[in-house]
Amino acid sequence: MMLREVVRFAIRGLVANRMRSVLTMLGIFIGVAAVVVLTAVGNGAGQAISATVSSFGANTITVFADTTTSSDEGRDIRPRELTIADARALEDPEGAPAIARAAPIIQMLGVEARYGYSSHRIETFFGATPSYLDIAEFAVVEGSTLSEDDLAGARQVVLLGRTVADELFGGADPLGERVMIAGAPFTVAGVIVERGEIIGQDIDNLAFVPITSLQQSVTGYGPVDAIIAQATGPDQVNAAEAQILSVLDARYGITDPDDRTYQIFNQATLLDAISTITGLISALLAAIAGISLLVGGVGITNIMLMTVTERTREIGIRKAIGAPRGAILGQFLLEATMLSLFGGGLGVLAGVAVSSIHIGAFQPVVMPSTIVLAFGVTFAIGIFFGAHPANRAAKLRPIDALRYE
Amino acid sequence: MTATTHAGASGPALATQPVIQVDRVRKIYGQGAAEVRALDGVSVRIAPGEYVAIMGASGSGKSTLMHVLGCLDVPTSGRYLLDGIDVSRLNEAQQAIVRNRKIGFVFQSFNLVSRTSALANVEMPLTYAGVNRRERHRRAQAALRQVGLADRAGHKPNELSGGQQQRVAIARALVTSPTLILADEPTGNLDSTATADILNILDRFHRLGRTIVLITHEDDVAARATRTIRLLDGRVLSDSAHTGRDPGSTTERTP
Repeated sequence: MMLREVVRFAIRGLVANRMRSVLTMLGIFIGVAAVVVLTAVGNGAGQAISATVSSFGANTITVFADTTTSSDEGRDIRPRELTIADARALEDPEGAPAIARAAPIIQMLGVEARYGYSSHRIETFFGATPSYLDIAEFAVVEGSTLSEDDLAGARQVVLLGRTVADELFGGADPLGERVMIAGAPFTVAGVIVERGEIIGQDIDNLAFVPITSLQQSVTGYGPVDAIIAQATGPDQVNAAEAQILSVLDARYGITDPDDRTYQIFNQATLLDAISTITGLISALLAAIAGISLLVGGVGITNIMLMTVTERTREIGIRKAIGAPRGAILGQFLLEATMLSLFGGGLGVLAGVAVSSIHIGAFQPVVMPSTIVLAFGVTFAIGIFFGAHPANRAAKLRPIDALRYE
Repeated sequence: MTATTHAGASGPALATQPVIQVDRVRKIYGQGAAEVRALDGVSVRIAPGEYVAIMGASGSGKSTLMHVLGCLDVPTSGRYLLDGIDVSRLNEAQQAIVRNRKIGFVFQSFNLVSRTSALANVEMPLTYAGVNRRERHRRAQAALRQVGLADRAGHKPNELSGGQQQRVAIARALVTSPTLILADEPTGNLDSTATADILNILDRFHRLGRTIVLITHEDDVAARATRTIRLLDGRVLSDSAHTGRDPGSTTERTP
């Protein structure tokens, strides 16, 4: 009953100084909005990067030939190379039961493609296998995907990314047409489903041909760039990694892990690392925004001290007619907390609104926990920064306060 | 609480328990050479229904006495029983409760909370007493009616004249039905018409049986009381009963 009255007194106090209340709220408003937006940007960036990594397929482990040359007592050790045979060995259900599939790939960057008089630079030109397309989830929207027959027969067929198809053919139907890529002729078998952009990268600017065809007509029957292995399940990724190591070590006669001529790249580990880094970045951004929130809090202390001084006489009157210390403390603490909470509430709304705007390559993501936290923090700010002025008001002696001019 | 109803000491009408019983109260500020004895052994008894004027020059200790009587300050030594309760050693929270329940203040400078309607000002002591909203409203309206301001309930203090503001303050002092009305130079800031108005209202409440202690330095204001206590240098100089001057020709509002 008393509490309701104290709330009413506090609201009356705030409304009486409308302009001042609004300006004080503005400080908290800006601080909270900044925290919400910046954490949303951090989250959004992190999710976009994770999405990029995940787009390489679920539960995958990538094996690269070690491209660094190290000097061992003055003698250059040439990098060893991975082959299609290595990939086949990793698919052995005896030696590597945790591996479902292993797909070798060759990637060529910035390759020229021609069709008639039009030409286009393909960002990434893949020599791959049907299983790679399956692992990395590249489906075709027109025509048909690469088949095992295409692979076995080293057929000169190509799947084009949406960007490549549009650039070379405009609106025309590319299926069955012959294009020149890296100087070799390929017949368009299909067009890949459009994926759009991830962190500013056009991931539709690519093309796939059977890895065997690429070797036959462009790169020669040499090494492959990488082998993408997919574990049989999310819980088998670590087992799969161990099996890759043992199979490849056996094939290359490696006994000391330091002598390994290949590198393993575990997607789950990478995702963990990315989420740690983006988490840190988010926290850092939030901390920077938090400084403005702190400034807003100091603004509350400032304005409340001013209010208490200005209303010393009122406090004296209230105490003289029997207001207990708690009622005075509560009134001014509530005024501070309401300033903070209103400012914070509006800040959350503004932050969420701003976060709905697409920033460059990604979409900021507001986490519900951020909103809950923002309210908690603004409440705490109200209490913390209102405590000193409110306490000062509550401790005033009525005779001194009444004498105050 | 210990009921101290034994009669015998000085002062009139001790058949019932006194509203105020002050025994050898001292209030000393500072120490050593800078020591100031604002009150130096004051003993006063005031019976229910009395209308007492406390007079004295500035520095005589009347403001300090008023603070002690109003439970705004505690004496350095001595005893003060208000309505039978020893309030001289109460802590701050208990003092606040006593002020709220037992005392109605009227100040020289009105001391209304600005930006708050007359009605809300009158309701304020009831709010701190925890009275519910409807009851508060009813009693505050009644109190405003008693001072003739029922039609000004919604006005803010700055929309009222000095005399009207002081009447609101009196309504606020009365609304809790306090044991004691403590008026500190209530007419000090008012013109003669408003002064007459306020004194008439106090007279009326006196006739209705209220105990009123009025601090003043004006003889004609003190003359309206039934008893005058004069202070000098923190001591009681004189304490004389007299009949309150009849308001005479001044017309009074019907309650």
